[in-house]
Amino acid sequence: MTQTETTTAASGGGDRADGLLAPVPDDDGAPFFAYAARGELRVQCCADCGERRFPPRPCCPHCQSFESLWKKTSGRGRIWSYVLPHPPLLPAYAAQAPYNVVLVELADAPRIRLVGNLVAAADAALNSVPPERIRIGAPVRAAFHETDDGFTVVRWLLERP
Amino acid sequence: MGAARATATLKDATAIAGIGQTSFAKRLPESEKTLACRAILAALDDAGIAPSEVDAFASYTMEETDEVEIAKAIGAGDVTFFGKVGYGGGGSCATVAHLAAAIATGQASVGVAWRSRKRGSGPRPWTNTQVQLPTPAQWTRPYGLLRPADEIGLLARRYMHEYGATRDHFFNVALACRNRANQNPAAMMYDRPLTREMYMTARWISEPLCLFDNCLETDGALACVLVSAERARDCRHRPVYVHSVAQGLPAQHHGMVNYWNDDPLTGPSWTAARRLWKTADFGPQDVDVAQIYDAFTPLIPLSLEGYGFCGRGEGAAFTEGGALEIGGRLPLNTGGGGLSEAYVHGFNLITEGVRQLRGTGTAQVPGATTCLVTAGEGVPTSALLLRS
Ligand SMILES: [Zn+2]
Repeated sequence: MTQTETTTAASGGGDRADGLLAPVPDDDGAPFFAYAARGELRVQCCADCGERRFPPRPCCPHCQSFESLWKKTSGRGRIWSYVLPHPPLLPAYAAQAPYNVVLVELADAPRIRLVGNLVAAADAALNSVPPERIRIGAPVRAAFHETDDGFTVVRWLLERP
Repeated sequence: MGAARATATLKDATAIAGIGQTSFAKRLPESEKTLACRAILAALDDAGIAPSEVDAFASYTMEETDEVEIAKAIGAGDVTFFGKVGYGGGGSCATVAHLAAAIATGQASVGVAWRSRKRGSGPRPWTNTQVQLPTPAQWTRPYGLLRPADEIGLLARRYMHEYGATRDHFFNVALACRNRANQNPAAMMYDRPLTREMYMTARWISEPLCLFDNCLETDGALACVLVSAERARDCRHRPVYVHSVAQGLPAQHHGMVNYWNDDPLTGPSWTAARRLWKTADFGPQDVDVAQIYDAFTPLIPLSLEGYGFCGRGEGAAFTEGGALEIGGRLPLNTGGGGLSEAYVHGFNLITEGVRQLRGTGTAQVPGATTCLVTAGEGVPTSALLLRS
């Protein structure tokens, strides 16, 4: 952990006004959140061999290159799995429980599976989609939710609500 | 030609000569340090070895009491080997493996491995929001994937979807562990039988996992003493030989949230198993009793596949027909395991493996001479093959 991140965590940067946890990005992950703030879902990609990788890291596990770029994705994917957490949970999450956590396999890069929430609209609650509407394999697309404190988190909408 | 010689083998070179533990409870009054000392001194007494002879220690990186404190308190002599293994319950068997390597290569002669934890009365680790490790928590925790049960729940749901595993399969695991705990007076669930109805109507923790799919929350400590095979034959009990050891960190694996590779359902068990069987004189079909890490019931079918007791996708079906009960194909977690005896990061699986091979288990598998002990699946892991 770098000094900057330690400071962020220690100053409570992990907690949002709504009580949910904000991402605490590391150096490698920061670009993902910067692009998300612009409404783009991008993944790290080797500038030499072209392999996409996740989570982001300093060098390419395929060719060991340190050169990388962030490639835009279609923002589309399919639900690979999901859970419905029930208490005991942190208070702000318990208030919305049971909510869903989905794992979305990206259409452009099936080995990259992003953890997120399936919601009825970008700014809707974590429990806004009824559990019976969630199924493995369902096509979804990315939506971008800006929290009260200006963080942007990626969420997911059903392609066929 | 010395440089060309094969390196020394660990096979049966060392043995577990002593085991010790405290009581297990939701709340114990003593500190983790005190509990650790009690378990270690009990293990040394069980072996008949004086604390002053201890010259090696191994534990988990999550162990709060370090070897300096332990050595000072129990009256160890000069210590020449010490180390810790990471990844929570994935490190349990590796503590013994590291001691075996140290003793077999002459770095030490009497080793102690231990784990002391007040997880029953202490805080749940996931409630600490200030210890959000940026990787991978930045990708998971904001979305409410907060607890190990949520993280493993995602793999469990996918496993059910791909292979037709059902809640009844997970219940088979929970029941086998509970039945053994009901035979073990030291188990937290000794007098608490489990029924299918209780399981099916239990509250959810992270759907598809219910309360009984989750391990216990326990205060307690355990330890074991490792010496050379030769020395072990002069100790108080029948030696339990460390036949084969392995650790496993698969390519592109990511502990707990292993979602970012080709095949998330092929976890660290597969990697550890390949190495474990490669250096063993016997195979999965020769294992008399198994102690498989059970922080969550779905880890059992995944591990059964990984360690080669059945094929990929067949782990759930393997649990049918009483296979995991005494008299079944593979009696499992005979002290009750993490699900029903105590959850102390899997160390009770090691001590129970020793008891089975001494013939002193509370739910003894008749004539057991071989035992597989595993550490956590779903995290960088480790495993031991023990034999008498
Ligand atoms: Zn590359």
